[in-house]
Amino acid sequence: MMNPFEIHAAKQRIKNILFKSIAIMGLLFALCVLILLLVNVAQNGLSRINIEFITSYPSRHPDQAGIVAGLVGSFYMVILTAIMAIPIGIGAAIYLEEYGRKNWIGRLIEINIANLAGVPSIVYGLLGLGLFVRWMALDRSILAGAMTMSLLIMPVIIISTREAIRAVPNGIREASYAVGATKWQTIWHHLLPISFPSILTGIILAISRAIGETAPLITIGALTYVTFLPNNLKSSFTILPIQIFNWVARPQQAFHQDAAAGIIVLLIVTLLLNSVAIILRNRFLR
Amino acid sequence: MQNLNGGAHPRTLFEFHRRDYVYARERVVQVLLLLCALVSVFTTIGIIIVLLIQAIDFFREVPVWKFLTDTQWTPLFAEQHFGILPLLSGTMLTSFIALLVSVPLGLIIAIYLSEYAAPSVRKVVKPFLEVLAGIPTIVYGYFALVTVTPILQKIFPTMAGFNALSPGIVMGIMILPLVTSLSEDALRVVPKSLREGGYALGASKLQVSLSIVFPSALSGIIASIILAFSRAIGETMIVAIAAGQSTNINFNPLNSVSTMTAYIVQVSQGDTPYGTLSYNTIFAVAITLFLFTFLLNIISFRIRKRFLAVGGD
Repeated sequence: MMNPFEIHAAKQRIKNILFKSIAIMGLLFALCVLILLLVNVAQNGLSRINIEFITSYPSRHPDQAGIVAGLVGSFYMVILTAIMAIPIGIGAAIYLEEYGRKNWIGRLIEINIANLAGVPSIVYGLLGLGLFVRWMALDRSILAGAMTMSLLIMPVIIISTREAIRAVPNGIREASYAVGATKWQTIWHHLLPISFPSILTGIILAISRAIGETAPLITIGALTYVTFLPNNLKSSFTILPIQIFNWVARPQQAFHQDAAAGIIVLLIVTLLLNSVAIILRNRFLR
Repeated sequence: MQNLNGGAHPRTLFEFHRRDYVYARERVVQVLLLLCALVSVFTTIGIIIVLLIQAIDFFREVPVWKFLTDTQWTPLFAEQHFGILPLLSGTMLTSFIALLVSVPLGLIIAIYLSEYAAPSVRKVVKPFLEVLAGIPTIVYGYFALVTVTPILQKIFPTMAGFNALSPGIVMGIMILPLVTSLSEDALRVVPKSLREGGYALGASKLQVSLSIVFPSALSGIIASIILAFSRAIGETMIVAIAAGQSTNINFNPLNSVSTMTAYIVQVSQGDTPYGTLSYNTIFAVAITLFLFTFLLNIISFRIRKRFLAVGGD
């Protein structure tokens, strides 16, 4: 016979175990969803993956269609985006972290960036449409697309770079000043090299996001049926996610297989980048 | 080198030049970095100006009160109605379904990770959640349409091929990592002494977690839920692919709905000529969308700032 206290303790122990198992079941549920997604995509798409699929242009015939235009378009767009977004994003982060004063302007810029990180991507698309496509008359070019995408990923780069720089111990800064270095010398020779792995992690995640984004480039008018490769900054273009969207939106089952095959390629690229970022961080954040 | 030259004059001259150059470089660098920081400010101003200019064109022809109260949305039909309510109801419906999935699940997982899980478990679970967060939304859209909808149709035979439920659930999975990681951050900054106080009074782990740690972290958790809500409202590709279209107010999750984001995609993809009234609708819709997410983002940011300031002490 247990006394009331023991009964109470036993009840609490059971509740504890119950909560733990609910939480683990929740995690398993999420894991099952991920597996279901991957298995389903693989089932539908793997049979379409071959050299011809990678090297062909889109086609009215689902069994002859390919992703080369989207793949090359995505590649150029990401390179252009990185060239623009990385220097400006890191520059902004350095300014905010090392130079910016804690007055109302500083607070305004900070709240502004927090908000920009949460603005829906499609709104960036409309900004790109109004600003780059129409006002700067860049037309539906790959340059307009990359500029839009740079604005989209810049808050991500700024936020992660700021965190990286903030994590550098203050002693490093003081030691550098003590031997007569200027502010910029301190930043260039000490802060940036030390925080480089964390900054790189943030950049890789941002680039991975840029590769997967679809909506903003639909609004600026990236084409869905492209049978050429972009050869200059003003070329029209398509990207892999838009090609996939185009196939998903069609009713025919065969095009859904093309979409699944495209998704396999897209997932390989983005998940590879994500794992590189995670490994980098785990290695350096110890 | 300078010493070999001997005289004091050239050396001071050299030093003067060198220091001059360094100071000038400091100034130039600072201005360049400031310009970088200002890009973000101009981005916000750009968004507001671009949306406003076109939306004003729209509101010249369609009065604001009609936009807010008309119960039909048919800008692309012969008989045009411009009521945002159908789009708002669709957006709210899919977003609430997403929150119904992600908030309970996310909070339980967050409490588990912060209070229960061994470091080795966290080391496996965190990257898994990051993989979930790294999947492009177009993939989730495909998943909702091709995989989840057929499964749900076996449970609800009357469900339409395009509906609110399937993209809502998938969207919930998509924002699960966001809810989990932000809530976990909030739980982790709760001071250890509060937990120890609870244990000293004889409370069990679950009692400490649920009635001490959770309430202490509540403001941070609410901030994470608000941010997740904002993300769900702005999510585009999942609903554009799997939610379908509707011109009326609809709260039945088994039927198809139009969301604000999906409508913008629909018009951008079609051949509505730029500059017409039908085309300008997307800017009116976008400014509504922007206002909603802006308010939610600011509220969430404010709460997080305040609670971090308190929790950090």
